[in-house]
Amino acid sequence: MVVDGIGASVKRKEDLRFLSGRGNYVDDMNRPGQAYAQFLRSDQPHGKINKVDISAALKMPGVVAIFTGDDFAAVGGVPCGWQIHSKDGSPMVEPRHPVLAAGKVRHVGDPIAMVVAETKQQAKDAAEAIVLDIETLPAVAGLTAALAQGAPLVHDEAPGNVCFDWHIGDKAAVEAGFAKAHKIVRLDLINNRLVPNAMEPRAAIGDYDVSSGEYTLYTTSQNPHVIRLLMGAFVLSIPEHKLRVVAPDVGGGFGSKIFHYAEEAALTWAAGKLQRPIKWTADRTEAFITDAHGRDHISTAELALDAEGHFMALKVNTQANMGAYLSTFAPSVPTYLSATLLAGVYKTPAIYAEVKAVFTNTVPVDAYRGAGRPEATFLVERIVDVAAREMNMDKVEIRKKNFIPKEAFPYQTPIALQYDSGDYMATFDGCLKAADYAGFEARRRASAAKGKLRGIGISTYVEACGIAPSAVAGALGARAGLYEVANIRVHPTGSVTVFTGAHSHGQGHETTFAQLVSEQLGVAHDMIDIVHGDTGKVPFGMGTYGSRSLSVGGSAMVKAMDKIIAKGKKIAAHLMEADVHDIEFKDGKFSVMGTDKAKTFGEIALTAYVPHNYPIEELEPGLEETAFYDPKNFTYPGGCHIAEVEIDPDTGTVSMLNFTAVDDIGRVINPMIVEGQIQGGVAQGIGQALLEHAIYDESGQLLSGSMMDYTMPRADDIPNISVGTEVTLCTHNPLGSKGVGEVGAIGSPPAVINAVVDALRDYGVRHVDMPATPAKIWAMIEAYQPKMAAE
Amino acid sequence: MYDFTYAKPATIADAARALTGDAEAKALAGGMTFIPVLKQRLNKPSAIIDLSALGLAGIKLEGDKLVIGAMTTHGAVAASAEVKKAIPALAELAGNIGDRQVRYRGTIGGSLANNDPSACYPAAVLALGATIKTNERSIAADDYFQGMFTTALNPNEIITEVHFPVPQNAAYTKFANPASRYAMVGVFVAKTAGGVRVAITGAGQNGVFRHAGFEAALAKSFTPDALNGIATPADEMNADIHGSAAYRAHLVGVMAKRAVAAAM
Repeated sequence: MVVDGIGASVKRKEDLRFLSGRGNYVDDMNRPGQAYAQFLRSDQPHGKINKVDISAALKMPGVVAIFTGDDFAAVGGVPCGWQIHSKDGSPMVEPRHPVLAAGKVRHVGDPIAMVVAETKQQAKDAAEAIVLDIETLPAVAGLTAALAQGAPLVHDEAPGNVCFDWHIGDKAAVEAGFAKAHKIVRLDLINNRLVPNAMEPRAAIGDYDVSSGEYTLYTTSQNPHVIRLLMGAFVLSIPEHKLRVVAPDVGGGFGSKIFHYAEEAALTWAAGKLQRPIKWTADRTEAFITDAHGRDHISTAELALDAEGHFMALKVNTQANMGAYLSTFAPSVPTYLSATLLAGVYKTPAIYAEVKAVFTNTVPVDAYRGAGRPEATFLVERIVDVAAREMNMDKVEIRKKNFIPKEAFPYQTPIALQYDSGDYMATFDGCLKAADYAGFEARRRASAAKGKLRGIGISTYVEACGIAPSAVAGALGARAGLYEVANIRVHPTGSVTVFTGAHSHGQGHETTFAQLVSEQLGVAHDMIDIVHGDTGKVPFGMGTYGSRSLSVGGSAMVKAMDKIIAKGKKIAAHLMEADVHDIEFKDGKFSVMGTDKAKTFGEIALTAYVPHNYPIEELEPGLEETAFYDPKNFTYPGGCHIAEVEIDPDTGTVSMLNFTAVDDIGRVINPMIVEGQIQGGVAQGIGQALLEHAIYDESGQLLSGSMMDYTMPRADDIPNISVGTEVTLCTHNPLGSKGVGEVGAIGSPPAVINAVVDALRDYGVRHVDMPATPAKIWAMIEAYQPKMAAE
Repeated sequence: MYDFTYAKPATIADAARALTGDAEAKALAGGMTFIPVLKQRLNKPSAIIDLSALGLAGIKLEGDKLVIGAMTTHGAVAASAEVKKAIPALAELAGNIGDRQVRYRGTIGGSLANNDPSACYPAAVLALGATIKTNERSIAADDYFQGMFTTALNPNEIITEVHFPVPQNAAYTKFANPASRYAMVGVFVAKTAGGVRVAITGAGQNGVFRHAGFEAALAKSFTPDALNGIATPADEMNADIHGSAAYRAHLVGVMAKRAVAAAM
């Protein structure tokens, strides 16, 4: 028997079907008698709907039905799952988000009508035949415009377009720190808006079984149970036992598939009305204008330092773009997922942050890989670099001087979080060595000899993930618990099916989780199946985001397997006529300590299901256990990323030469999958730093609305990424794992921008906003040397 | 995509007839621009006349001219031993258009008929002083390009071949748009028997153009430094989210110097 447990680079079990075209995605699925939906969407950023005339469209060939906003007046709006309170204690402004636009359209892409027809083509044809009378209203797209005096209102109930005005931290302590400061460094930063662009666009099928009265929604989701909860309880009033949500193979999410989207509710509701399955698959254009975007913050940061370069206080003011409606987790992103991370890896004693969330006539903005933590990390690691320069200190020295020392854990930050473990000096020194930081000046000179500007950039970061302790999340505004669930079913012959509430959309769970089972129960991989993504099979779950699947979902599996082993010991004690306290379980065998008596895991499983010789008075037959695991704290992965870039001063082009990451993600289950996760996250971080930007014009039209203008990173944009790990264990979950899904995207952007600014050190450049495009860099170089234009 | 009828004629005469008889009919070459346009329902042709069975693909050297059939794919041009020998810059240009999939479908004739202002081939055709052969006539490159997406072609005229005079030296340098990887600025420099010709694609508001200032300077001295101090007027350049007109004007100079260095 081969056991590939914790620490083995087991090849991904799921890849055979993905790489050979045998994946089962929503668009691969078809239901008998299925019709097709097409959404007619607003091409205007803001407008008053005077009339939606469907009369001609209804007569088009193949049309089954056409629904508009009026049809959804009686159902609930698309809910928001997190409530923030403003400084004055008032709850955030939470305008109704109708399933189909009612009264007004508020962003390009807002759905106005849903056409259901026999074929996709017929649905598209009929959608074009709908006659719209929409009166254009003035729109606001950017944060500054939305907050300007007299700006047009996105929602009448949100004066000044403000959703909430929140704060955290000790303002008085910060002011005291500033009063005593030797120097105050100030920096204005923009965290650029991004389009998630998962490879698979969103898709859904609504289905209704007349005989059972049961609805089924097949959807591209990272968390089917959450969709069932939000859609069933808040939008359509369908009780859980009559609503099944299936999220089969899903081709990437990066956060954008966490949220409950209006299309899911529209399709499910219409399937009931029409008593037919209805399918919809977004095209890439729809993805650009309907999938929740990421980031889009404007911040001002001020760091107070003493004469030796110790950080004394940090003050941050952030404006966060929410888009036109509140998406599922949007309010949590700039607040509890971002501002609470402003301590970073430093012992800054006083921190105060204010966050104003703002409505605009743009696509809703919500969690995108890292969700708030990349924004905080970018801010902290940029201002630390600026402070080092303005204090004439070395950027390595200023970090080491301010690190939270490893002896200080558990460490209570001044803004809510308590870091459980870490060793920032270890990851930093490891990364400096791996990146040959000491040899950089020689490399810089070699580049200079070729006329190129070389720069090196450091980011030392910590993040909070593995969300979340339910009570803490609830106190902070979450409207759900954030535990995870595992059901372990041991079959009579000893094979194992794991039903997990986590969801795999590229993460490799079918392999990693099988390794956990193999390690703990001693069962071979080909005897283990991981089942996820179906509320009809998995008892419950909160899904996959916030790097939580292993630390929370995996911990639930460990707890469930503990129960399996405990029950197995009782069965083994009975069979071997020993005291249960004398039974030990190891390497797949139950044995009586100090003897050679033993029963295999398979023998115990068979006995549980064929209980002829069985303690039937004290123990139920069967071998299946469920555990709900609610984490005691967040987990705190951290580490160091170092980027090395070369700039061509003639064109402004930034070339990524090397990228080195040394991360502490706690216990590693599958090093190969971990390396892939970090490389993927870093690739997205490089994308944010150098390439990607969702740009709206002033009127609210998305200018970078296709791959022709939105720069997704390609393979040749990404350098070799060297990945290393230094391990301190998470102290509060049974695996000691911290999570790896987001660290790459969190740690990397400031490393890249710090490298770009370093490369431009001779050009008077203090800061570069992302993305550092060639045009932007050239303009900075040009501004420094205005006479050389005609060269 | 909207419904249309599809025909794949076997002769140029049949293809021309099909296009002439139906004002809404459109010719299909490689389809690398046209098919995405159809899929987005931005064009509604009555009929599509597929030119792939007309025998228009092929590469041959005829005396001092390189003749490339209109339906020859970018991939075939990039891989051709004849092209690499006669005009290596042209093979390199073709080898950097789009991605591998595009290069195996996209054609030189399709690119020239479309005349996208950011396409690479127009720069080569104009700088090399090529001749566009059609089913009706021959058109000199200087007469062919008439602004973005506009050419001298009559509505139903079919490009059959492109005749490239073999230059003494030539090179193409492209500064790619970071997102689309089309030319944000592409400069083709050619030193020919008839003088130095420099064509710029991607940058100008009216599509591909010749740079008279660069040509005059390079005629005196075919060196990168000859271009020092010669301005490209920014007010004739494109501006968009990827770069200002001033940036493009600057890049024209940078890319031209690099092209000259590569051609020397």
